[in-house]
Amino acid sequence: MSTIVLLTMTGLGLGALYFLIASGLSLIFGLMDVLNFAHGALLSIGAYGTWWAASGHLPGAGPGGWGFALAVLFGTAVGTLAAVVLELVVVRPLYTRPREQVLATVGVGLAVPALLSGIWGSDARTFPGPQALSGTFRLLGADVPVNRLVLVAAAVVVLVALRLFLGRTRHGLVVRAGVEDRAMVTALGIDVRKAFTLVFAIGGCAAALGGALGGLYFGSVDPRQGTSLLIFAFVVVVTGGMGSVTGAAVAAVVIGLVQQFANYYTAAGLGDLAVVVLLAALLLVRPRGLTGRLA
Amino acid sequence: MSTATTPAPTPTAAPPAAGRDRSRLLRWWPAAVLVLLIVAPYSALPVPGLLDGPVGSPGSLQLLATCLLFGALATGYDLLLGRTGLLSFGHALYFAAGSYATNMFLLEAGLPFAAAAALGLCSGTALALVLGSVSLRVTGIGFSMVTLAFAQAGSILVSRNPGGLTGGEEGRAAPADLLPSWLVGIDHTANLYWITLAYLVLTLGVVHWAVRSPTGRVWEGIKENERRVEVLGLKPYGFKLTAFVLAGALASVGGLVHLLLTGGSTPQTTTSDFTLSLLVMVVLGGSGTRWGPMAGGILYTWADHRLGDLAGSGAVAELPAVLRVPLSQPLFLLGVLFVAVVHLLPGGLARLPSRLRRPRKEKK
Repeated sequence: MSTIVLLTMTGLGLGALYFLIASGLSLIFGLMDVLNFAHGALLSIGAYGTWWAASGHLPGAGPGGWGFALAVLFGTAVGTLAAVVLELVVVRPLYTRPREQVLATVGVGLAVPALLSGIWGSDARTFPGPQALSGTFRLLGADVPVNRLVLVAAAVVVLVALRLFLGRTRHGLVVRAGVEDRAMVTALGIDVRKAFTLVFAIGGCAAALGGALGGLYFGSVDPRQGTSLLIFAFVVVVTGGMGSVTGAAVAAVVIGLVQQFANYYTAAGLGDLAVVVLLAALLLVRPRGLTGRLA
Repeated sequence: MSTATTPAPTPTAAPPAAGRDRSRLLRWWPAAVLVLLIVAPYSALPVPGLLDGPVGSPGSLQLLATCLLFGALATGYDLLLGRTGLLSFGHALYFAAGSYATNMFLLEAGLPFAAAAALGLCSGTALALVLGSVSLRVTGIGFSMVTLAFAQAGSILVSRNPGGLTGGEEGRAAPADLLPSWLVGIDHTANLYWITLAYLVLTLGVVHWAVRSPTGRVWEGIKENERRVEVLGLKPYGFKLTAFVLAGALASVGGLVHLLLTGGSTPQTTTSDFTLSLLVMVVLGGSGTRWGPMAGGILYTWADHRLGDLAGSGAVAELPAVLRVPLSQPLFLLGVLFVAVVHLLPGGLARLPSRLRRPRKEKK
């Protein structure tokens, strides 16, 4: 029983991490038809920003208590900024050429991890975290690491915030309408390009937060982390139906749980395979993903 | 025994009156380049800056062969990207399948080389057929993601080393005693070079032939507008699968050549980064053109090797950290170069001459 609880919580934590990446990817894809290959780089930037701040380089930030919260805030802010710069400098000039937009993000996705490993080395760096988050707590007879809970809480907060933003605000309305039919929104006289930057900022923010908290989850940061997580985030996005935040949430939980359980009960690494097989099976049955939306 | 090795036999000295003769001569430049490439191993000409040693030295031949191999791979990959409009992110899988499958037939089953190679190629092609038929059920960017997921699965499988078959992170060396003796060892680099050159010619030939065939016309239609192809009463699925399997088979042959050239299979060839580098080569050179992908592949591979040497050189080590750090990362430079090409040079290097000739007209 305790194993199942632990696996479930770990799977949920992993799912939360996937959701933090996939929600932004899904929105960006839904609105702009851009598959953002630099999203993993944004996550790495968030992770390294937090690591840099928490290692004592930022005054006031540190590995414990509020200092760590400040470090996470700093990392997330840097990631958000990077996302906005990415949209304005790399993606926007290629507005009329969607395929080139994807290619440009591929280039950024190659360059950023290389730059990170050039600055801080290609080996994994130990991620400092507050004492309170490195311990475990008892749940139904299992010792569950606290950081899983932090990730899940962050993902729930992001999900609720995104739902509120998309459902209750005017900007959210524009984004939702844009996902539905971009040409029509433009025809109504609304500048969708502002929404593009906004969606990139939101996606970058969520991914950078995922990077910062992912550092806690893995206990270390390395330049390739973002890219390897990105691939599973892609699986989540396709499974959840592109452009749907709720679909991404459901898919992230399913993928995280399947991966953890299969990795534990069968050979290690088979869980990662199982996820891909799941994706293939799903596409054979429902070529449009769980929520039935595929641009 | 030295021959000219600069691959640019353009007869610029031809008088203007002989314009037609000149253009007829110019049409034969690929043959001239091919002859130069064939005789390259006999040349002792040093090419300072471009290569470390003389052209005919084993080190230079190895680098040249690697360049040609990637030129060929990029050409095969462009069959999907530039000819059919399919953005596959899983091409590395079929390349790695050719290499690993052949290696396993050699190592585990102890088959003779020819049989192992044939079976390896069949495995790679069969894999492309099976996975292609699943991935092509989704269109557009969904297809890209599914191919990426499959390639990632392959990459995970290889790195987990099931049953000690793949050698995990280390990869596996090919058994030298089972390979023909004229393909093993540093003395026979020239043979490997010629094999790679033959692979390049084969790929160029197959792609050229396939694109001009009736199927190739349909591919072009699918690339331009898939819906209209459907309206014409053709089913795009079969045509796309043909392109996918053909590209996969060519990549498997490439994997086999890579196995011989490097003497083993490495897990680096299974990663998504490998496919992304193919993508960079194709776009760099000019997707959908006859020579562009090949030029991009050769240039990228050469730059990747030489930039690594540049990073280790004293000239870079003395620079301040702001410049040294980015310059010491070949992938960073290539990534930035790629973004720059996408932004500033749509159509890649292959479009450069016409853009230089008509700078005004090309602008929209």
